Amino acid sequence: MSGSGVLVVVEQRGGDGGWNRMSFEALAAGQALAAELGVACSAALVGVADVIAPLAAELAGKKIKTVWAMDHPLLEQYTPDAWCVALEQLIAEVQPQYVVFPHTYQVRDFAPALATRLKQVLISDVTAIRHDAATGPVFVRQWMQGKLNANYRHSGDGVCLVSVQAGTFRADSVEAGTAELKSFSPTLDASQIRTVPGAPFREAAQMVDLTAAPVIVSVGRGIGEQDNLGIVEELAHALGAELAASRPICDNGWLPMERQVGSSGQTVAPKLYLAVGISGAIQHLVGMKGAKTILAINKDPDAPIFEIADIGVVGDLFEIVPALTKAIGEAKQQ
Amino acid sequence: MKILVAIKQVLERDAQVRVAADGRSIDEGDAAWTINEPDAYALEEALQLKEREGAGEVVVLCAGPERAASTIREALAKGADRAIHIVTEEEGPGSLAGRDTLGVAALLADAAKNESPDLILTGLQSDDLGAGQTGVVMAELLGVPHATLILQVERIGNGLRVKRELEGGWYQHVEMPLPALLTIQSGGNRLRYATLMGIKKAKSKETRALEAGVAAAAVAEIAKVYPPERVKRTEMLTGSAVQIAAQIVEKLTFEVKVL
Repeated sequence: MSGSGVLVVVEQRGGDGGWNRMSFEALAAGQALAAELGVACSAALVGVADVIAPLAAELAGKKIKTVWAMDHPLLEQYTPDAWCVALEQLIAEVQPQYVVFPHTYQVRDFAPALATRLKQVLISDVTAIRHDAATGPVFVRQWMQGKLNANYRHSGDGVCLVSVQAGTFRADSVEAGTAELKSFSPTLDASQIRTVPGAPFREAAQMVDLTAAPVIVSVGRGIGEQDNLGIVEELAHALGAELAASRPICDNGWLPMERQVGSSGQTVAPKLYLAVGISGAIQHLVGMKGAKTILAINKDPDAPIFEIADIGVVGDLFEIVPALTKAIGEAKQQ
Repeated sequence: MKILVAIKQVLERDAQVRVAADGRSIDEGDAAWTINEPDAYALEEALQLKEREGAGEVVVLCAGPERAASTIREALAKGADRAIHIVTEEEGPGSLAGRDTLGVAALLADAAKNESPDLILTGLQSDDLGAGQTGVVMAELLGVPHATLILQVERIGNGLRVKRELEGGWYQHVEMPLPALLTIQSGGNRLRYATLMGIKKAKSKETRALEAGVAAAAVAEIAKVYPPERVKRTEMLTGSAVQIAAQIVEKLTFEVKVL
């Protein structure tokens, strides 16, 4: 390998400049990887000085070798071009062996291009890192929406870029310590930035707050068609639950987007999450795996939802859901 | 506007998935195939853009073995004007699975270069491998600007204004010049079905076959593929629907305590 050490690229939110919390999960992953390899872990912040200075100061209290504060006026708002140009220069300066990113929407937007510039391939959306003394780290990714796992290895002696899925590493496991702060000013010209980003905005104020609901009944593709939604609505009503859905249901317009749970919707942690006809793609699981009890009804015994469910039913939801609604109604009358 | 739409043929969502004998790929067996769903949204966006402008061309680009022809035909039946099929081998190093993201994106980018499209659209990720990178890598190889997770595309002057999805219910608009590449998020449009007339017309539309070049050695190597281990011990309930319902009610009453 030509480089050495692990460099974690952390991320702040575009709107208020606060942390994207997944940064600390990536940092935990980077620290664990560095410890396993017996090398140092550093971190990089990208932005303008007044936004990243307080974040860098916070990182100075973590077990990190160097916190690189990379600042430039053209890094005020995120663009893939500026991030690629700047990070390519920082990687050339730091010469890490591994670069770890949180698998955020922003990372998905620029990191594949950065990897291409470095003649590498980003190993994206990693759900575990295993260590093999003989071959070096093994990065686990999901295939087929979670039905299979695939172990990836990086070959060649170039830098290895990895992004870690939300919830894979625990943000609270980041080790404390002391770090040295260094600033780095990339050479960046406005002509290198080809896209013009607008300010982040929300659509009409979100009406439904699923995060406060103690019980959620959530419906997925298995419901088949919009006309079938009634049986799930009746179950939600019987349980006094909020009705939610996985992305495809909202994509089809069968339920409003504000009822979506998952990486592009709301993140919930109710007492009971009852998943009806939801296969459990990772984008959905990251939004609900914090639920205290997960009950899944699905016709496919291999559906990934059963990997995280506490109670599972393999069967026909069109028989089980109405029977359950009836049984709940009867139980409540007693 | 000439729009190129890169699509991938993937296993049907409900397909039984088994690991192949080599332990590093999927056993395709007699599986059923379909268009990658996010790519279907990319195709829909392209067709609607052409319809709004009242002019232009939609060209479908697909890399895959002979079987991918059925997915290409479906795209032509939905309204694409013509297609380019980069024919890869069924298995081994010359197949799609034998190449990493950079290898696949290079195949697509080489074919795209010769077409000089104004706009390239593709889905934000594939339903099978889910790396979510092919479009971005293609843009980098072609030297054109890109944006990902796009829900709406609007022509302004000589360029585009697009609506990009951010996390947690936030969005932003991004403007860029053409040519450009966008990866499309699902849900921005309603998908159309192929009409009988469309299916008939597709038969006379051109599909040009290109030979896939030799694959470069993969940087990201696949060591092993296997079914995931269960993280939790799931208590599986069995019986008739009524028996299962009774068991659930008991658990919700005494264990979960929500009744």
